Amino acid sequence: MKIPEFTLPAPLAALVAPLPRWPLAVALARALDFGVGRVVSAEAIAPLEGRCVRLTVRDLGVDVTVACRDGRFHPAPRDATPDVAIAATLRDYAALALRVEDPDTLFFARRLRVTGDTELGLVVKNLLDGIDLAALVPRPPWRMP
Amino acid sequence: MTAARAAPDLVCPAGGLPALKAAVDHGADCVYVGFRDETNARAFAGLNFDDRALADGIAYAHRRNRRVLIALNTYPGEARFARWTAAVDRAAQFGADAIIVADPGLLAYARATHPSLRLHLSVQGSATSYEAIEFHRERFGIQRAVLPRVLSVAQVAHTIAHTQVEIEVFGFGSLCVMVEGRCALSAYATGQGPNRHGVCSPAKFVEWDERPDGMTTRLGGFLIDRFGSGERAGYPTVCKGRYDVGGGRYYAIEEPTSLDTLELLPEFVRIGVAAIKIEGRQRSPAYVADVTRTWREAIDACVTAPDRFAVQPRWRATLGPLCEGQAQTLGAYSRPWR
Repeated sequence: MKIPEFTLPAPLAALVAPLPRWPLAVALARALDFGVGRVVSAEAIAPLEGRCVRLTVRDLGVDVTVACRDGRFHPAPRDATPDVAIAATLRDYAALALRVEDPDTLFFARRLRVTGDTELGLVVKNLLDGIDLAALVPRPPWRMP
Repeated sequence: MTAARAAPDLVCPAGGLPALKAAVDHGADCVYVGFRDETNARAFAGLNFDDRALADGIAYAHRRNRRVLIALNTYPGEARFARWTAAVDRAAQFGADAIIVADPGLLAYARATHPSLRLHLSVQGSATSYEAIEFHRERFGIQRAVLPRVLSVAQVAHTIAHTQVEIEVFGFGSLCVMVEGRCALSAYATGQGPNRHGVCSPAKFVEWDERPDGMTTRLGGFLIDRFGSGERAGYPTVCKGRYDVGGGRYYAIEEPTSLDTLELLPEFVRIGVAAIKIEGRQRSPAYVADVTRTWREAIDACVTAPDRFAVQPRWRATLGPLCEGQAQTLGAYSRPWR
């Protein structure tokens, strides 16, 4: 599968940038909470406890910051300083999520930025890479396990 | 037409279960993996296999007649020796098809305790001559040796001709200064290095700073590089930094390049290379899938019709963007000036 190269047009960013971040952060936190225990174990997210992660969509001018507390994700306060900040375009986030691009490849090409606590960034990357997507979808009986 | 020769094993990396499945699904003969600790040379935060993932991964590979090799290729030293021997026992219990080991003490333990477990001498063992490899065979019964990336093709052929041990060479991936098992640059900058801690440039010592005019990389507080905006970056290792030396600023140790030996494949097959290794257990399933698929296709093409073998542009198009740094190289394999 190939994802075409694109960057969102600047006027779109101008429209979206002033919108409040809070609803997005709530949505992301709820989605992450949903995954804990289903997609990743509570144990696997232990290194994120008490830490704050910011994701910036560069071409949309949007950033979302969530914090992990007591094994659950919450929107971080507006003035929170993230422990690690990750930035990429919407296209590249999609490519990473769908596993058609490797984060190191995007990093070498300067399309993926990681600033702050690099180890925390690596933990997030390896946590996502370790999710066995194939095990999450029901397997037809004729397929080998 | 040349008679068809045996295809070398394609040995692919996996830092987690999805990467292992990607390697198997795309045609790897062997997948090499590590435990989640310092017993292997890719002990990065959050990487590698816990017990459940390893059991699942080995079962997945074995059902498809592929092999799983477990890297135990760091140096324990005296105080930690029991932890490393316990890791050897675990690998044997899990049903690993071989372990990849560097430390002679650990090789001796594995041979004595698990006589039927295949032993591969790791690149970290730094055996660059057939004499050194034969010593490891006579003393520890190793069945395969992974050659350090310092030999030319002629030297690899000479080595193969003088040993009974199967020879594995690196085919693709990031390069380092190639004094495997002996490099102290990461340890100098951070106190932790690949040989003892299983990690080169541990992430907690890496600092990337993005500014409008570019990005700086620091390791353990040492400034090791500065990239202009848009300039391709490499891994944050001391050996790939640019330094002010003698009035100039340049890659004083080595340039960040990736090894890509597709064009040497017919030579590798002709001289009897037993296995070709792909670097990159730290990479993601997407990388493993792309590299494995490409090399599978290339090896199959080469073995079927070695005389007609040509590197396909689509192989280069797939592998090029995955590479670290600005260039691909044949490394030490090609030294026409010899």
